[in-house]
Amino acid sequence: MAIKTQTMKLPEFKPVQSRFRNALSKYRVTITKACNNCGLCVTLCPYGVYKAGSKKPRVVAEHLCLGFPCKEKEFYCVNKCPEKAIQLTLNPAFEILGDKRWSADLLASAWHMAETGEIPYQGLNYKTGNSGGGFDKLRFIFPREKALDIPDEEVSTAIELNRSGDSRPGVTIQVPFYFGGMSFGSVSIVTMLSRVKAAAALQTFCCTGEGGYPEELIPYDDHIITQIATGLFGVREETIKRVRIVEFKYAQGAKPGLGGHLLGDKVTARVASMREAVAGTALFSPFPFHSVYSVEDHKKHVDWIKETNYRALVSVKVSTPSDVDMVAVGSYYAGAHIVQLDGSYGGTGAAPDIAKKNIAMPLEYAVPKVHKFLSDEGIRDKVTIIASGGIRSAYDMAKAIALGADGVCLGTADLVALECIRCHHCESGRGCARGIATTDEELTKLMELEWATQRIINMYLVWRRQLIAILKRLGMRSVTELVGRFDLIGHLDYIKQEDVEGELEL
Amino acid sequence: MPPKYHIHTSRAENRFQKITKSGVIAWDEGCLKCARCVKKDCVYKVYEKRGIDTRQMLESLDSVCMDCFRCVQGCPNKLIQKGINPSYKELGDHYWTAEIISGLWYQAEAGRIPVSGGGYGGAFSGPGFDAMWTDMSEIVRPTRDGIHGREYISTTVDIGRKVMALEFDQAGALVNDPPPNVEIPQPIIFDLLPWSPPGKGINLAMLEGARSLGTFAIVRQSEFSPEMEEYLPNIVLYVDGNVSDISPKILRKLRLIEIPYGKDSIAAQKKLKEEHPGLVTIIRMELTPDSSGNVSRLIAEGAEAIHLVADEYGLEKSDKPLFIKERMREIHLHLVDKGVRDRITLIAGGGIAMAEHVAKLIICGADMLSVDIPLLVAMECRVCRRCKDGISCPVELETIDHLWGASRIRNLMAGWHNQLLEILGAMGIREVRRLRGEMGRAMFFENLEKDIFSTLGKRG
Repeated sequence: MAIKTQTMKLPEFKPVQSRFRNALSKYRVTITKACNNCGLCVTLCPYGVYKAGSKKPRVVAEHLCLGFPCKEKEFYCVNKCPEKAIQLTLNPAFEILGDKRWSADLLASAWHMAETGEIPYQGLNYKTGNSGGGFDKLRFIFPREKALDIPDEEVSTAIELNRSGDSRPGVTIQVPFYFGGMSFGSVSIVTMLSRVKAAAALQTFCCTGEGGYPEELIPYDDHIITQIATGLFGVREETIKRVRIVEFKYAQGAKPGLGGHLLGDKVTARVASMREAVAGTALFSPFPFHSVYSVEDHKKHVDWIKETNYRALVSVKVSTPSDVDMVAVGSYYAGAHIVQLDGSYGGTGAAPDIAKKNIAMPLEYAVPKVHKFLSDEGIRDKVTIIASGGIRSAYDMAKAIALGADGVCLGTADLVALECIRCHHCESGRGCARGIATTDEELTKLMELEWATQRIINMYLVWRRQLIAILKRLGMRSVTELVGRFDLIGHLDYIKQEDVEGELEL
Repeated sequence: MPPKYHIHTSRAENRFQKITKSGVIAWDEGCLKCARCVKKDCVYKVYEKRGIDTRQMLESLDSVCMDCFRCVQGCPNKLIQKGINPSYKELGDHYWTAEIISGLWYQAEAGRIPVSGGGYGGAFSGPGFDAMWTDMSEIVRPTRDGIHGREYISTTVDIGRKVMALEFDQAGALVNDPPPNVEIPQPIIFDLLPWSPPGKGINLAMLEGARSLGTFAIVRQSEFSPEMEEYLPNIVLYVDGNVSDISPKILRKLRLIEIPYGKDSIAAQKKLKEEHPGLVTIIRMELTPDSSGNVSRLIAEGAEAIHLVADEYGLEKSDKPLFIKERMREIHLHLVDKGVRDRITLIAGGGIAMAEHVAKLIICGADMLSVDIPLLVAMECRVCRRCKDGISCPVELETIDHLWGASRIRNLMAGWHNQLLEILGAMGIREVRRLRGEMGRAMFFENLEKDIFSTLGKRG
């Protein structure tokens, strides 16, 4: 289907520094007592690591230091320092930061992009994590020919969400991603608003999650997906009428087959009133929808929304069981425009560890399985497939699309842009110590709306540039050409450079 | 419907300071005493609460730190750093990893299941049990809410021989009495420990734990002592000597007995049954590549229950050992093929380290499991195996109070039970008996990789 290519007016990049005094970095730079404050390092360093100080230069931006590869450069401060007073070491904290999926490198890369709007240069692996499988072992096979030599503006990253051919309006997003549901209650109003504002700026969408539709969001109605989940928290007729996309959440990847759970500590008076509940009490979203026990019931659900809002598209968010392909087909025939496949790596809320690790199949299997099945059914072109739950980078996004998704839905990556360090304690006590996933008044103040919005915009501007670079290397002018190109992607365990004609990226 | 099985838990504090993943480092001279870290930054009030932990005279900072890095990022002189704790790296081994051990400690102390925010941060897959996923249902299945208490999910299993059909005489009376069966409320029994420090406390803790959970602990005949007598209804006596040495008084109180696999195990079973017809006999055999043949032969000869035991890494005895999950699949399918699977109870054990292993091994064909090392870990064991060489235990397991030990075991088992309910609930299965052998409701790494990833990148 042809997509209206309109030149996307990109939001502007603005540098936004870390909220914290000491940014977390891969390297540590220390100046010893031997320093005579000659100031040479301050002038030498092109990355702005130092600032002049009264007794000795101050190390103000270790995270921007090029690190050991700097040895080759003529401005390498450690060698140039006349007093040999500069020490460069690896930061021991890097060993405990992050986890196998979100490695310290990936975290630091996201922070770098959110701060500087640039691809990291400090030797950080910004493409893959250390999970040892799936996305982390999938690689593009690039043709040997040179990349398309065209300006970025001539490559389209837009996708159409209404592919059904029905009478409802088309909804085009200018980037192949939108932001997934994080309810008010699980994250602060600042976090929520910053994601919505960033979505509006990037001409895409942000989902409310299941926790109501705070009135602060009303100016952004056209960029909001409102969610209907099993607890029906905060769902009203007027909220459904307000938006262009309504999402049914049947299951979520972080806790497939299990309900949601907002701990009592996070249910403040405002959260409670939004959800029509009592402050301080834990809130459960049951599983499953107690009104849906068959695909016919599901169709009734979809019809209900379609009757309530004549222009809305309907999205169905499901997890990845062994029969995920059947689920996708069923959702389509019940009238869904979008099927969102939610893998188990994502999610902010509390979830039992056993569920995250063991229940339902990894996203990287589910997407190609669904793509193939829908293609064989002859309906792949009629429905939009969105992959979510663990998309950490532009590379993950591009791989998910090559595996058969039209686009992706993001969540954790946004939070990392806001300096989440993935300590995994979002659920406990007052919530996030870094003021992101919290409703505590004092902690919420740790973050300003404008700062947060710009960080998210910055990071995704880089993602978009990276995606365009990948498309150009593949000789493509639109991201829609990449969908389901199994021939352009290989798994390092099963394919070697000598097996392919192109260039297997290692 | 029987009353809902519920395990009462209560917090049982560690005796020793736990080994945490990370520690605060380089906290020394140059401190401005600005107290930023104390007053302003620490949400968890770690610095306010810090003190000397009197259990081991250790600084308490690390055991309460939640790794938010606020102090690291806030200190004006960059004096606070965090780094990995070397003792954590050394904890356990490749199979009994530091993550597994810490997770068991948490459950045993808190009596709660591990819950966290922020999605999954682990490996894509791994060897053994990490190479499979369990299924879930989106909509079409019975309502459930096992954890939160509206629906009943049964975890009860039976040990004993099943009759395939009842036979009646002309008058309508049963021709044969059905064979004895022992029902236990969760599919786990406690196995002999592969190693442990000496001390009766450990055995008594396991027995007390088994009794309060309504399950069984296996005790060697040679190690049976008079103070265990009160626990006889919850003991599986393992016959490591002569059957004739077991006093009739003790035998009568037993419901389960375990005998080693050998030429005369069926004869021994017969003899035991003559003395105590209500007794169910379990035949214990090492898991080997020949297990399926041996099991089906024993079924034909009249065995009631078989306990298949792998080593502490879940490996069978062989030059090229298969992992327990693979071997159990093979045995289960072999018995299904022969049409005899339902006659026998299969108990499998060895290498069972986490709650998810319970559900996964049952899916692969075991009726129930035996657990060993996790029970020790519940009592703070660090899996250093020094006791094997007669070196003293770093957490002085020989000195534990058995009631404390039992409550730690109970907490852990409550956690495992609740996690089993999570898996069953997500699958829409309402009793664990129906989970057994449900390989169609699981997804296996090798199949998915073959179907999906191995085909990528190919032309055409």
